[in-house]
This record gives sequence, structure tokens and C-alpha cells, in this order.
Amino acid sequence: MFANFFSGLSEFHFLQNALITSVVIGVIAGTIGSFIILRGMSLMGDAISHAVLPGVAISFMLGVHPLIGAAVFGVVASFLITLIGQNSVIKSDTAIGITFSTFLALGVILIALVPTTTNLFHILFGNVLAVQDQDMYLTIGISIVVFLTIIMFFKELLLTSFDPTMAKALGIRVNFYHYLLMTLLTLVAVVSMQSVGTILIVSLLITPAATAYLFVNQLKTMMIVSACLGGLTSFLGLFLGYNLNIAVGSCIVIVGAIIFVISFIFSPKQTLIHRRRLTNESKINS
Amino acid sequence: MINILTVQGINVTYQNQKRVLSDVSFSLPAGTITGIIGPNGAGKSTLLNAMLSMIPHGGYAKFNGTSLAEIAKKIGYVQQTSQVDRHFPITVAETISLGIVPRLKLFQRLGRNKHQEEIDWTLAQIEMTEFANRQIGQLSGGQLQRVMIGRCMIQHPELILLDEPFAGIDAHSEATIMRILNDLKADGKTILMVHHDLAKVPTYFDNIIIIKEKLIAAGPTKETFTAQNMNQAYGLPIVNMQGGV
Repeated sequence: MFANFFSGLSEFHFLQNALITSVVIGVIAGTIGSFIILRGMSLMGDAISHAVLPGVAISFMLGVHPLIGAAVFGVVASFLITLIGQNSVIKSDTAIGITFSTFLALGVILIALVPTTTNLFHILFGNVLAVQDQDMYLTIGISIVVFLTIIMFFKELLLTSFDPTMAKALGIRVNFYHYLLMTLLTLVAVVSMQSVGTILIVSLLITPAATAYLFVNQLKTMMIVSACLGGLTSFLGLFLGYNLNIAVGSCIVIVGAIIFVISFIFSPKQTLIHRRRLTNESKINS
Repeated sequence: MINILTVQGINVTYQNQKRVLSDVSFSLPAGTITGIIGPNGAGKSTLLNAMLSMIPHGGYAKFNGTSLAEIAKKIGYVQQTSQVDRHFPITVAETISLGIVPRLKLFQRLGRNKHQEEIDWTLAQIEMTEFANRQIGQLSGGQLQRVMIGRCMIQHPELILLDEPFAGIDAHSEATIMRILNDLKADGKTILMVHHDLAKVPTYFDNIIIIKEKLIAAGPTKETFTAQNMNQAYGLPIVNMQGGV
């Protein structure tokens, strides 16, 4: 299998593109995913990734790059969900459910109306083996922008994620950082469509981050571990998908889930013995 | 003493039109510790939130003539520890360092090394040096409250607002926090805290504010912590006021 994969890698340009694109997506999704799960926004990631579909369809209609329409619809969806959640008695999970199912249904209808060679199945479930050079460079470019933005606003994102009440009391614009994160999430969701598709993006966003969360005590470490796991998951998923001739996107998701399950069993944060030891230490020291 | 904190006509009404606070006004001198007391649901925490402009309200709160919203970065606020996400991946030292964020400029990074001395001093003050690298979920309630006070201290605020800092904590932590607050008071800081243990009122506070949706009384503890005022707030005859309830 290894010989087959690596000989394919040296021989086929499409496999090189697929490897670079999927690993970059895994790394950036893992990085931003740490904020998503710590802010309790896993469902929001799912909603945004589904909501970009009508944007993709409209982009085809207008003859512009799918990224533009998808980004607009992603931001609109996050704005709608936040607006409903913050200004009504409707809870945010309900607002998410209504918004994403509506946007997804609209997207499926619009895609069917568009005369394009793009297969709905590939949008929904990804087709990383078909990534062109231009898409790969776009993915790398967007990932760099997202990464730099996170570094530049790290302290504000840390504070508003950990203690939004304190941040608000300090006069920090908590909502601004919420929408900034939603915009970054939308960009990541749009580029991730290529590897795992809109349906499974949430897995790349939250599974590596959730796995990292089981082991770490600091956000920075969590982001690094999550990014590495995201990259590794994407690599292994591509490796299996290519060798076994099955859907790469689904392989990536399954590999991520297997790593999570193993981590869940052996993580020191989960084992009862470790927890009991820490509690006893704390009692002795206090 | 010259009053430095002025609260004037604070009104808060919920979306369902329920009035929570009505026309609360008082003034406080600098370098004092003041307790806000009143029965459950009296609007004590709401008063702090309104003063900080965190909720829609009428009226204003000014510190040294400036609206609190305008000097938000110079105000320390310690919320109830029950609202803290104890599973968040953050250590004790990192949590304290968050108090430095208001002093940093946009894009300026929060480097623990740059402020290590300050963080170490704060850890020593709150008696948490040996827990510096411990994740906050591994602390007791009292230890966590001390960390939150430490985060507030490192901010160097002139005005400190605390929401029930002694709720559910051990006696050692309570004594440590009171020592820290008295040190801050000696440095001229103005401290205002929501408090519910009436027995400690005479020993802890220079002034008290008694509220029950509206202001019942405000002033020096000796003059204000009276049976009549407490009866008005709590609806029960409370005796032996100065020696404990």
C-alpha cells in the first residue's frame, strides 16, 4: 500500500494536489476548530458548512468563483443564527436547525437548476482527487489568511472564548470577535468542501480539536495538537481512500473518529484513576 | 471624604416589562470597601451589570466624573465563579495574565515571559504559586476565586466590582481574599462587592448599600446596618446587628 501510494504521488500530479490540499485543510480546520468547540459552537460549524451550498449554486449562475457566493451565504447564515438566538426566546440550537436545513434545501434546488458539470455529490461529499492547481493555491492562500488572523487576534479570541462576561466588562467588542470567527469559519468551510464536502466538514472542524482537548491544559497547545491531528487525519484518509479506491472524504472522517475513540479511552483527562489522584493532591495542597 | 463613585438613577427593566431596579442612587468615597446587600432577587448583581453598561439600563455610574463605560479597561470586575468554564484549557498563570490584556495594544501579543515577574508576584499574593501550571478545573472553589481576584489585581484597577466573591468557598480562601482586598483598600482602591452573609457585614465593610429593587439605605456601616433597614429589606426582624445576625 505504501509503495503504491508513494509511487502514485511521484507519478500523478492530481495526487500531489490532493495531498497538499487535504493536509492544509486538515491543519487549518483543526486550528480554528479549537475555538469552535470551546465556544460551544460545533453545531454552528455544521450549519455554516451546509449554508454555503446555495452560495455555490448562485456563483455558478453568475459565473463567479464559488468561494465568493459561499462566503457571503456562510456569513449571512451565521448572522441570522446569532440574530435569532440573541434577540428572541428561540434558543440558538433551534435557530441553527431551522437556518441550516433551509439553506441546504435551497442549495440542493438551486444546484439542480444550474447547467454545470459540477456534480452535487462532489459538493456534498467532496472530491479531493479532482482538485486543480488554482484551487490548491486558493486553499493555501485562504489558510494563511485565517492562520495569521488567529495569531493577530489570539489574545482577544482567548479572552472572549474563556470569559465573555469579563471581556464585555472590559469594553471589548465580544460580538465583533464572534463575527470575525464566523467569517474565518466560513472561509475554512468553503475550502474544506473540496476534501470532505459540505456534509462532513463539521468532522474536520471538531474531531481533531475534540481529540486534542482530551490531552491538553492550554489553548495554544490544543491548537497545535489539533492542527497536527487534522493534518495527519487528512493524510491517512487520503492514503486509505486512494489505495482502497473508496471516497477520500469519508475515509478522512472515519480516521478522525477512530483516533478520537482511541484517545477517549486512554486520555489522562478521562481515566478515573488520574482524576482521583488530582482531586486528592488538590485537597492536600489547599 | 470626597466621593469618587457616583451612581445616579439606575433603572433596569427586563424584556417582559418586569422592573428589576428602580431609581438607585448613591455615592462612595475612594479607598473604601462597600457591600451591596439585599435578599435574593433584590437586583444586587443586576446593579453591578448596569453600572458596567453590560445590560440595557437608565441612569449612570461615574468614577471620578467619567462614565464607567468609558474607563472600562481600568475597572476590575470579578464575576461569580459558577459562571467560569472550569473545563477551558487554561492554566492558573495564564488566567491571571488575562488581566494584562486591557493594557496591551491591538496586535500586541500576550507573552507570559514579558510579564513573568508581575505574574509571579500576583501568584504569591494570592498564595497560588505552586499551582501556577495547574489547569483551572483542578482547583477547589476557593482556589479558583483567588485566581479570579489575582486576574483582577494584575489589571491595576482603581475601582473593583465583585459579585459574591465568598459564595461557596472555604474559610482560608475567604480570609486570604479579605486580606488582599484590605491591602488594595490601603492603596486607595475603591471596592464594591455583592455580599449575602450578614454576619460578616460589620467586620468587612466601611459602607453598605441595601437594596430591594430600590435603594433602602446607603452609607457608613455603623449608621446604615440597622434593624429597621434590614427589616425593610428582608421583611424579618433581624436582631443583634453589630455582633452578627
